Amino acid sequence: MSRSVPLTVLAGGIALLAGLAIQIISADAVWSPSYGLAAALLASSYLLAIVWRHGAAAAFLLLAIVHLAAIPLIGHIGHGEGEMGPAYWALLISGWLAAWTSVTRLTAAARSVPPSARQAINLLIPFVFGVWLILIWEAVTRGAGIPQVLLPAPSAVWAKLIASLPILWADFVQTFMKAVIAGYVLGCGIGFGTAILVDRSPFLKRGLMPVGNMVSALPIIGVAPIMVMWFGFDWQSKAAVVVIMTFFPMLVNTLEGLSASSAMQRDLMRTYAASYSQTLLKLRLVEALPFIFNALKINSTLALIGAIVSEFFGTPIVGMGFRISTEVGRMNVDMVWAEIAVAALAGSAFYGSLVLIERTLTFWHPSNR
Amino acid sequence: MTDIQATDAASGAGGTAEDDAFRVIEARELCLTFETNDGPVHALSNVDLTVDRGEFVSFIGPSGCGKTTLLRVIADLEKATAGTISVNGMSPEEARRKRAYGYVFQAAALYPWRTIAGNVALPLEIMGLDKAERAERIARNLELVNLSGFERKFPWQLSGGMQQRASIARALAVEPDLLLMDEPFGALDEIVRDHLNEQLNQLWDRTNKTVIFVTHSIPEAVFLSTKIVVMSPRPGRVHDVIDCNLPRERTLDIRETPEFLEIAHRVRDGLRAGHAYDDE
Repeated sequence: MSRSVPLTVLAGGIALLAGLAIQIISADAVWSPSYGLAAALLASSYLLAIVWRHGAAAAFLLLAIVHLAAIPLIGHIGHGEGEMGPAYWALLISGWLAAWTSVTRLTAAARSVPPSARQAINLLIPFVFGVWLILIWEAVTRGAGIPQVLLPAPSAVWAKLIASLPILWADFVQTFMKAVIAGYVLGCGIGFGTAILVDRSPFLKRGLMPVGNMVSALPIIGVAPIMVMWFGFDWQSKAAVVVIMTFFPMLVNTLEGLSASSAMQRDLMRTYAASYSQTLLKLRLVEALPFIFNALKINSTLALIGAIVSEFFGTPIVGMGFRISTEVGRMNVDMVWAEIAVAALAGSAFYGSLVLIERTLTFWHPSNR
Repeated sequence: MTDIQATDAASGAGGTAEDDAFRVIEARELCLTFETNDGPVHALSNVDLTVDRGEFVSFIGPSGCGKTTLLRVIADLEKATAGTISVNGMSPEEARRKRAYGYVFQAAALYPWRTIAGNVALPLEIMGLDKAERAERIARNLELVNLSGFERKFPWQLSGGMQQRASIARALAVEPDLLLMDEPFGALDEIVRDHLNEQLNQLWDRTNKTVIFVTHSIPEAVFLSTKIVVMSPRPGRVHDVIDCNLPRERTLDIRETPEFLEIAHRVRDGLRAGHAYDDE
């Protein structure tokens, strides 16, 4: 088993040799020092992968060489934008396979390192994955000369993002800080409060819950134009859409969570002659926390989608949804992508912070301990 | 026939304590019927029972004989459909509201988000005790069950036996005169169970509490009890009440003595007779 060369190393080596062969024989190949440097670094990485196979040190060295090779690999495109041929693509594939090999080795090495280092490696692996996604995106868009309207290169998006920070910030404040936050807090809060009321009243439970379950399955974004008519063009109408979108998931999940405590635990509170509110606070709401956080996480993405999309139906001249719809009409696709990047960043940060809070509050839950 | 026997035996045991102040439980012709889709289920049928202060009474019987149901009626977790029952001279509901008893369940039922000390503090917080009083009771009761030093651990970091001991400390922290225990050691292995039986005997002997203990283990019942209530199923009823006059302070060795084996034999006979009656 350990004698045989892994498939990724074999395929990557072949791709590298094929790339070099094509580069030498074809007449219209683009030459640059970067090409030679990238090829040399990749060749040494494959040699290393064959010779030194085990341990964290080998894996990290491999990782370093592969990413060093990525710099001339991208740099070479500058010598002939949109004119990259098979020789370049073979080299790119070889680089990608080398990165793959390094991550595989890193995963294997993670088993034999202390837990803290393992945690760092577990964070590094998705990061490497993301880096290569962007590298390949950059190489393909620029190397093959893909029109910017179809798909701009990440570097172009980045340049646009840096150049239009004030506009992006204003859009972010309008859409996220105002509509999303206000709508999210109101929608989740009202949903939670309603759940507590419904839980106490069998009539509401029987009457409201079937309706609630039905409404939570509807594409509520459709009410956005109506909300604009009711609450005007500014962020209030977007917040209203977010309230409606987030209300039912919170209601349904909290109710489910409130019945999560076991009969024995409720009997226990009964033997202590605990009041309704004591049982609610000390037992049922704590048991409901995983369900409530589930709703908070679902709602964080729903709120962002709701606020952005409802801006398509009428808005003042600021906002992420407004910017996306107008810039796409003016063919400024890089600006659209910059907005998408901001939205992705904001959404991930929002979701991530919820996960962190959840972990601290539900450390006792079997899934976390 | 069986009811008369039971009443005779019960009054025989309580003969020296005519005074009502010594009477902890008094049940007369207690019935509980559950309505199910398959028709009514008679969980308890004409149960008479007296328990006096300081006694250790075990309910023993096969599954479905109503021993847990009887305990739950005493604890006001179920309501009897007929008959009368008093706990400390009050209705079970009043007794529950006055926190007259501590209840230990089949499982430890500790809250995983609270430390061991936090779990013992739970009933004390509900009772509204101040912080100093809570700390004092937590320390005292954890020491009583040999769990000092585990205050800051979480339940899931402890073994099953330790968890059950913590749940006993939690029940004791309320400082009730009456302890209701529903097969508390049923889920534990034999060795841990023996050990906890010994500890429970010492605890009872030292604190002079009244204990009602549900089990389906004959050695456990004989080892712990002053009185064994043998129950039989369908309908759930008291088949026999057997006095168990072993010394108050007991060690596991007592299980080899002729007195012990004789009582165990009578309990076994009672259980068998209850079953035979059922098969006819």
